[in-house]
Amino acid sequence: MSEKLKSSQVPGVSRRGFLKGLGVSGVATGLLTGTETPTEAAERGSPIKGPGEIPITLQINGKKHQLSVEPRVTLLDALRNRLDLTGSKKVCDRGTCGACTVIVDGQPVYSCSMLAVEAEGRAITTIEGLGTAENMNPVQKAFVKHDAQQCGFCTPGFVVACTAFLKTNPNPTLEDARTGLGGNLCRCGTYAGIMDAVLDAAKMTKGGA
Amino acid sequence: MATAKWPAIDKRTLIGKRIDRADGPVKAAGVARYSFDINRPGMLWAKLVVSPHARAELVSIDVSEAASMPGVKATWKDDSLLGKEVQYIGQIVAAVAAETEEIAQEAAGKVKAQYKPLAHQANDRDPTLSKDKPATRNTGNVDEAFAKADVKVEGEYGIPVITHCCLESHGQVAELRNDELHVWPSTQAVSSYADVSISDASGVPRNKIRVDCQYMGGGFGSKFNPGKWGVISSALAKQAGRPVKLMLDRDLELMIAGNRPSAFAKIKVGAMKDGTLTAMETEVWGTAGMGGGVPQQIPYVIDRIPNVRLTAKRIQTNRGPAAAWRAPNHPQSCFLTMSALADTAAALKMDELEFFLKAVQLSARAEVYSEELRIAADLIGYKQKAHLRGDPSGGSVKRGLGMSVHTWGGRGHPSECDVTINPDGSVEAKLGSQDLGTGNRTVIAIVVAETLGLPLEAVRIEIGRNAYPTSGGSGGSTTVGGVSTSSRFAATDALNALFAVVAPKMGVQPDALEANGGYIRQIDKPDNRISWRNACALLGVNSITKRGVNVPGESEKQGFISQGVGGVQMADVSVDIETGVATINEMVAVQDCGMIIDLKTAESQVYGSLIMGVAYALYEEAIYDLKTGRMLNADMEFYRLSGLKDVGKLKVHMMTSKAYDDRGIIGLGEPPVISPGAAIANAVANAVGVRVPHLPLTPDRVIAALQKGGII
Ligand code: FES
Ligand code: FES
Repeated sequence: MSEKLKSSQVPGVSRRGFLKGLGVSGVATGLLTGTETPTEAAERGSPIKGPGEIPITLQINGKKHQLSVEPRVTLLDALRNRLDLTGSKKVCDRGTCGACTVIVDGQPVYSCSMLAVEAEGRAITTIEGLGTAENMNPVQKAFVKHDAQQCGFCTPGFVVACTAFLKTNPNPTLEDARTGLGGNLCRCGTYAGIMDAVLDAAKMTKGGA
Repeated sequence: MATAKWPAIDKRTLIGKRIDRADGPVKAAGVARYSFDINRPGMLWAKLVVSPHARAELVSIDVSEAASMPGVKATWKDDSLLGKEVQYIGQIVAAVAAETEEIAQEAAGKVKAQYKPLAHQANDRDPTLSKDKPATRNTGNVDEAFAKADVKVEGEYGIPVITHCCLESHGQVAELRNDELHVWPSTQAVSSYADVSISDASGVPRNKIRVDCQYMGGGFGSKFNPGKWGVISSALAKQAGRPVKLMLDRDLELMIAGNRPSAFAKIKVGAMKDGTLTAMETEVWGTAGMGGGVPQQIPYVIDRIPNVRLTAKRIQTNRGPAAAWRAPNHPQSCFLTMSALADTAAALKMDELEFFLKAVQLSARAEVYSEELRIAADLIGYKQKAHLRGDPSGGSVKRGLGMSVHTWGGRGHPSECDVTINPDGSVEAKLGSQDLGTGNRTVIAIVVAETLGLPLEAVRIEIGRNAYPTSGGSGGSTTVGGVSTSSRFAATDALNALFAVVAPKMGVQPDALEANGGYIRQIDKPDNRISWRNACALLGVNSITKRGVNVPGESEKQGFISQGVGGVQMADVSVDIETGVATINEMVAVQDCGMIIDLKTAESQVYGSLIMGVAYALYEEAIYDLKTGRMLNADMEFYRLSGLKDVGKLKVHMMTSKAYDDRGIIGLGEPPVISPGAAIANAVANAVGVRVPHLPLTPDRVIAALQKGGII
């Protein structure tokens, strides 16, 4: 296992990368500047939505879901509270831990930091869309094999982040993976297993498993 | 006949092997339902209203405006607090339940509570703030020993309050149905969870409370009881006549759901030139909020120093309350003791390994520690890398090694288990136990399958409900001993009952039989055998169910379980003396825990402990503003856990030889989390040449210590 530091930038999914890609949702962090005001949005031609519940359609794991949410509802809460898709976890609710990671239009996103209304018309993949307990994807298989989970509460977020990471970094070094998955946190301390799992999943994916 | 005695090492098919976590696939696929994930039909969401004052008299609570908001279905307020004091920021005074989480949040903001602020006290760093009579301990003649000592080494050290930060926060879903209260809590004590507090709140007698916790996202000692959140959600569910989900928001989880007490100490060590320790004097103080105590096991592990004096002072503070945190009091006592000892080695200009090899002779497990120290030294490359305190090489990045030793009890908690063998050959085990992520399900499956000579997949493990036989809470590294023993007893009895049915058909006595590889066979004539399925079919329509009971004292005497372990950890760190940033290059953990059931999940426990340890050594601290009494970093951005990049290379070595195995099962959740803080702090001191006295070893603290020591 190579521990060499790669000087080139890893095109990964660090937390900053996440946030930059998020647009105008109310992310409570100092990293975002220039949140758009309703007036500015109106001037730009964006329709103002709410404040009451509005009907939206979300395309999740290839299926269309119609639901009614207030505009302030995050994508995470819409998934968990309205659609009973509880694989994505609510941990920090502030874009720090990655437990809520989903894939939106191919990019990993903290679903706690995106509004449900922002996700309309975009292709959303959640952990429920990645594989089943009986038919796991290579990342999930590798997580089990390398015991990359204890309580498992951080696991779905890690699995989604790893899956997205390997799509753009099919041959990661250990250092790439450490950087690319730096936007996810685990309390039980499963990082040793996770590192082995990511590198092994990369191999399995190449092998066509 | 099958006997319950643990099988000999060479006879084991599953026990002690590296076996995948039984619930790994459902967790990795995201379909494991944690308590936080339970959504019931018609369920309401609850949010809490908490005190913004560190200390105040609660004058009034008015929930009327919140209650009249559309979508709000129930409100709760703590009238028992009226006219009394709230004692910390975040103390719960009221709650609302509403159709959506967003409405509940908004409604909580409309509850009006009036307070008369009072002077508070949030400082835990000043021992003169202690109001209690100090606890004291005195052995030998300390003054005389110091007078005779070749060196006297004095230091001041500190380890702050940290929190549990369980990724699944605390709380439950509560639902009243047919005169029963159903709760889905995030708990580490399924069988004892239904206590009088939620019974009173719901008006449902304890024996009609149904507890269900299939998966929980970490507890670490903070989730034994329903807590106020459990009480409130039960009360709200009763009032609304609908299910209610109440899980703490992250800020409250960090502020009020429990924490690990701080410990600061002035320590003086007396030693002879050859490293012989003769005296230790300690004044220790710290806070556990308003109650609790101070860690006092100092000297830790090296507790046969002949002359010891200790004064312990508890400081009460207006902060959130403490709760058991993995290995209560040990990490603090360990950090304080091992720091003072490493400073003594440095003062003597003695090699630290040589010093600790000598020091552990003054412990209850001299042989174990000596062996483990040598193994750890080997694994980390001590000989090649070691130097006396202060990396002599040039450049701004200094490298150093540090070490620490620790101990824990273990044993096994009381546990009952039912094992059922069905006529169709299926097997199930039921216990009111819980899997915190330790691999408990896997352990039980291994023991039952091994006992019945079946593959792992052939047994179904049902845990997480208080309807099942009573099993202890998961604390103090007692679960693996408890459940393994009760399930071994139950499976053995069930198997013997099956032998009694099968033996006549095989033309032998039951005691001539054994279960092996999916067959029941004659021990001395293995060809005389019958497949498991066919054997079970002989049961006709009747299943066999047997209950196994672990009575800890008894099973300890019989060698099933034991207590008392030793562990050694070493750290290899680099410290940039220009920036003050300390980085972990490598950590090594050498640990014994008696007989191991699943080597894979056992190792995971140790890896996890090292990683948690890196966090509390380098990053974690609940930072309080003394002026307001507010926790300033009650979020995960600034209450920092370690990330993937922070942990370096990790090596785990389990002591598995026969002598350790023969002791029976001991338990592993606590011990490996005790030493990392001390080992890392000692490594930093070894690298930079001075002691950085307080954890976490943040860059500012490192720089301050370097400046004080005249290094920069
Ligand atoms: S819950 Fe979304 S990043 Fe933590
Ligand atoms: S496995 Fe428990 S938080 Fe990661």
